[in-house]
Parts: sequence; C-alpha cells; structure tokens
Amino acid sequence: MRVGLFIPCYINQLYPKVGIATLELLEKLGLDVFYPTGQTCCGQPLGNSGYEEDAKGACQVFVENFKEYDYIVGPSGSCIHHIKEHFDILEQTEAVINVRKNSYELCEFIVKILGKTNIGASFPYKVGLHKSCHGLRGLKLGSCSERMDAYYSTEEELLKEVKGIELMSLTRKDECCGFGGTFSVFEEAISVKMGKDRIQDHLDNGVEVITGADHSCLMHLDGLLNRNNQPLRVMHIAEILNSCI
Amino acid sequence: MMSHAKLAEIFNKDEAKVNWHDKALWYVREKRDTAAHNVKGWEYLRDLASGIKANVLSNLDNYLVEFEKNAQSNGIEVHWASNAEEHNKIVYQILTQNNATKVVKSKSMLTEECHLNPYLESKGIEVIDTDLGERIVQLAKEPPSHIVLPAIHKTKEEIDVLFQEHLGTKPSNGDPQYLTNEARKHLRDKFLNADVAITGVNFAIAETGGFVVCTNEGNADMGVHLSKVHIASMGIEKIIPKEVHLGVFLRLLARSATGQPITTYSSHFNKPASGNVIHIVIVDNGRTEQLSREDFRSSLSCIRCGACMNTCPIYRRSGGYSYNATIPGPIGSILSPGMDMKKHSSLPFASTLCGSCSNVCPVKINIHEQLYKWRQIITKEQKQPFVKKSILKIAALVLAKPKLYAVLGISVRWMLKYAPRFMVYSKLNAWGKSREFPKVENGNFDQWYKNRKNNG
Repeated sequence: MRVGLFIPCYINQLYPKVGIATLELLEKLGLDVFYPTGQTCCGQPLGNSGYEEDAKGACQVFVENFKEYDYIVGPSGSCIHHIKEHFDILEQTEAVINVRKNSYELCEFIVKILGKTNIGASFPYKVGLHKSCHGLRGLKLGSCSERMDAYYSTEEELLKEVKGIELMSLTRKDECCGFGGTFSVFEEAISVKMGKDRIQDHLDNGVEVITGADHSCLMHLDGLLNRNNQPLRVMHIAEILNSCI
Repeated sequence: MMSHAKLAEIFNKDEAKVNWHDKALWYVREKRDTAAHNVKGWEYLRDLASGIKANVLSNLDNYLVEFEKNAQSNGIEVHWASNAEEHNKIVYQILTQNNATKVVKSKSMLTEECHLNPYLESKGIEVIDTDLGERIVQLAKEPPSHIVLPAIHKTKEEIDVLFQEHLGTKPSNGDPQYLTNEARKHLRDKFLNADVAITGVNFAIAETGGFVVCTNEGNADMGVHLSKVHIASMGIEKIIPKEVHLGVFLRLLARSATGQPITTYSSHFNKPASGNVIHIVIVDNGRTEQLSREDFRSSLSCIRCGACMNTCPIYRRSGGYSYNATIPGPIGSILSPGMDMKKHSSLPFASTLCGSCSNVCPVKINIHEQLYKWRQIITKEQKQPFVKKSILKIAALVLAKPKLYAVLGISVRWMLKYAPRFMVYSKLNAWGKSREFPKVENGNFDQWYKNRKNNG
C-alpha cells in the first residue's frame, strides 16, 4: 500500500508539529509513507471565496503530486472534503477520479481502511472534541445532531482507546466554531463571536485540551485563547494519538 | 447598501443581546430535535417530502392548471400574477369591488415579499396583521426578522413599551399573560370590523383545488369566518399533488418550525361558505426564473418552516435584519440573489458552509451547497472589493507554482516572526483584531522533512 502524505498549506507553514505527528503516527501503524515535495494547497480558500475557477492551477498541482498513490492521507477534514467534493471543476481524467476517491482524512483512514482504533497512545487530560463541520457533515466522520441517525463518531472511537484520557461532553455537540476559511476575515465579528461561544462551552464543561481532526478550526480557537489568555490549549488529534505520556 | 458582515458587526456591538437571541433560537432548534426524535422514520419522511417536491417542480405547469380547474369548479375565483405589482393590483381591485376599507391579514411571507401593506395603505386601506408577532412588528414599523417568529428579536420588555405607546396598556414589566390579553382585545375589535380577510397558503392541493393554512393562533380562521371575502395569496411553488401528501408535510412542518407535533390550527379551505367569496392569487414574482436555474431549482421546495434560521450559527448571532431581505437566513440567502443579485450579493458569503441548514431542512434542500454555487456566480457577475479580489487572484497564481509558493511561505513566516507587533496587528488585519496569529516555529514541515531525510 503506497500512502501519500498530504500536508495542507497552513499546517506546513504554521503547524509543522501537526504534520510531524501525522507522519509519525502513520509510520507507527507500519505504513510506508511518502511525502511528495512541491505541495501547495488544495484550493479550498479560493473555492469558498467564489474563485473556484482560479483554483484549477492549485488543484492540478495536487493531482500531479498524488496521482500515483493508493491512498492520500491528510490531517485536515475540510481540505479532504474539498478534494472529494469540489475537484469536479477539473476534467475528470483517471488521475483526478482516483485522487478524489482515494483521499482520506487521517482518522477515517485509520479506522475505516486500517481497521484500527487502539494505537497505544496515552494522554491523561480532560479533552473536548471539536467536531469540524466539513469532517462531520461533509465527510460524515460522525452522526450529526440534526439528523435522527444512530450515533457514531470516528474521532471518538480513536480517542476512547487513549489511556488516561477523559473525554468531556459538550453542551452543543457539533456547533460550528466560526472559522469558515476566508469567512474568518470577511465576517470577522460573527466569526470571533462564534469562536468565543465554542470556547466557553469547552470551559463550562471542564475541558483542558480542545482537539479535533481539522486544525484550521483549532487555529481560530487558538488565536482567541491566546488573545484572551484563557486556561485551555488546542492540540490536533494526531498529536494526542501520537502521545505517550 | 450595507453588507451582511457590516450589519452583523453592528448587531454584535450588544453582546448580551446577541447571547439572548442565540439562546432563544437554539431553544427552538432543540425543541425541533426532540420532536423529530419522537417520529419514527423522520429521515425517511424527509426523503419523501423532498421527492414529492421534486415531482412538483418538474410538473409544476400541469399541477397549477389542475389546481386552477379544481378550485374553480369548487366556486373559488383564481387570479394569476406574474410579479408583486400585479399581485398588489389584483388584491386592491378585489377590495374596491367589495367597497372594502378594512382588511385583516394572517401571516403571509408572500404579501411581505410583495410589500402589499404599504401599497394598500397608500390607497387608504387599513391592513391589520393579526398574528401576534406580526402585529408587534407592524406596530413597531419593522419587517419580520424571522419567517415563523417575526418578533423574535424583541424582548418582552420592549413589547411592553411598544404596547403602552400604541395600545394604551399599563406598564407590566413585560408580563406576557397581560400583554397577550391586551393584544387579543385589540385584535378582536379589528376582526369584527374587517371587510376582507387575507391569508397566505401553506399547501395548495392540485387534486382537490383546496388549500391549507397553518397557524397557532387561529387568526386565519377567525379572519376568514368573520368576513364575506377571503383572499389567499400563494407562490406557484406551494402546490402539492394530492391530499394524502399532507400526511407527509403537516408532520414535518410544525416539528421543524417550532418543535410542536402540529400547528394548533391546520385550516382546510375547499370552497366558499354560502354567500361568501374566496379568491386565490397565484404569484410568480421570479419563481419561474429560479426554476430555470438548475443548481438552484430545489430552493423552491421550501415550505417556510424556518428551521434553517434556528439552527444557523450565523443567523442566531447576526439577527434577521442583517440579511436585509424578506426571507432571511440560509434559505433566504439562496433565494434572494435570484431576485436581485446586486442587492443581495453578500448573503451567500454569510455562512461558514457548516451544512447544519441542509441537515435540518425538512425537504432536504442542499442549502449550503447552493450557497457555494452562488458564490462562484457572484464573484463573476458582481463587482468585488478590489483588495479581496486581488489577494485571491494572486493567491491562485502562487498556489499553482510550488517553487514560488515555497519562497512566499518562508517570507510570510519570517514576517510573522520578526515584524514588529504594530505592523502585523495593524488595522488592515481583520484576523488580528480579536485573535492572535499562531506562534511561528523555526522551520516549516517541508524543511523538517528534508532535514530528516538528509540525516537518514
């Protein structure tokens, strides 16, 4: 199985430790992981801003980088969702079809494709799971509070196996954090208010560490936590799953 | 014309009010969840409703003709209006024919859309909205801020003051029981003296030529039964094929809207009572055009439950008026650009595309996907802010060139790390107004990976 590691642009530049944890985790699981150099971005910020057409160049770069792999795995639900959902703007060559089909968000890849939930991690903290919208409602990583389906959560399946962890229950199980890509800048007031409200929910429920499968949401929450000096920190789920404390 | 972002920013100046607004609507969303949980096969019911509406939209011409024929044979007079202006003229004509000067109206978003009240008032007609929430906003000279809960933006204390001014009530500290009783007395007088009753239509049944109006206060029945003339205004999309389909839609509507199993009144109007007249005005007003847009067609399936507003994390925190449209919230943001793209061009961007709206929608409109699609059209057809457009166009060029991207990535990281704080957190930086940037580490992932490889 040839696995191509997709490190989204903002993780590459701003959160290399999330990329490192992802790679180490996949290697721990016994996989041969390749990191194609020359990665840029999946084009999501452009598409969500209404400039999908202009994103074709970035999408092509992505397809070129990853077309040879059996699986493409990345630690960011919304980027993976963009590849699967919005690469329909490209001509649907075999390469494009394969890339769209074989792209997986990290947690889903571990649980669904590798069939594993216990990775031998330990993390003795009170953790709150932020279920990112594109992962949850887009990739269906879990059941959504709006729908009357049977309950499941891919991330929780993994977190439950982590030694010492205490998963805290939230008052609003899956409300959006307000990041929304360029929304965070162009609708700044609402974006910030939504983020503050999400953080308050975690604080009210005794959370010490907010985690999730999409670091862009966490970046937004982290920005607020740091500005307001609140006693909480964020960690990508890959960092927790890769922890042995 | 202020954008949604600007209006939302103004609404957010009073954080306590935002919190109150958010909680009031979240409470309704949770009631909806509980009500839906109590229906076995809720998701199947949504599938059915979505399918029936898709059938309606594909065969709308035939169903409308069938409806007209059956309504006429029941003795109902049917009128067709291609736009708001025609609708208003038809209504006014009916009023003149009946020498009517006093009208009571039960809640109808279509007459809001057509701006019927100001039109009739300009002709010297008194129009009284009889739904309590509608009456409150009418007294305040405001439009509804929500399609089901039109006065949800007002606290009971504000209503107390409003009623003192307009209905001569005593100060009651916002006592809901007292205020409702006073409103009832005030409205009773209006009902008794009305010449004509206007209602909306929730469902018009092609098979029978009858129609159904759903209210909680019984004000549609009260108005209709006390007047000789009933005018019902409906958009062309309100058709359902058969009466049995009500079994699907009535189960979904109130549960989605307010979490009630059913509205207190589901009033079926099939033919006029002896000596009375029923008129139906069937209105297009841009709907046929929306029907022709393949990507946005299903927006016409909407049954106006308002669930997407109650669940929308943006709507709850920006208020209905931030949308500056007759129908606010997520559904309004996919309908309004089709009516006036320039005026409503900021609305499809008033979303994080979280998808909660599509999940609660009882007829399964893919609202968030349509928001994404409107964005692609609006950036092409409407003039965009220069800075925003330039940044994104340049980003597109950089992201298509890995080497250029690598250099730029390093520069941005360098800047975030070494540039003085006042430069990074300048007025131009919307991110940094209330948020910190991430603390930049020494290398990026590319560099770490290269080093690791080199070190074997």
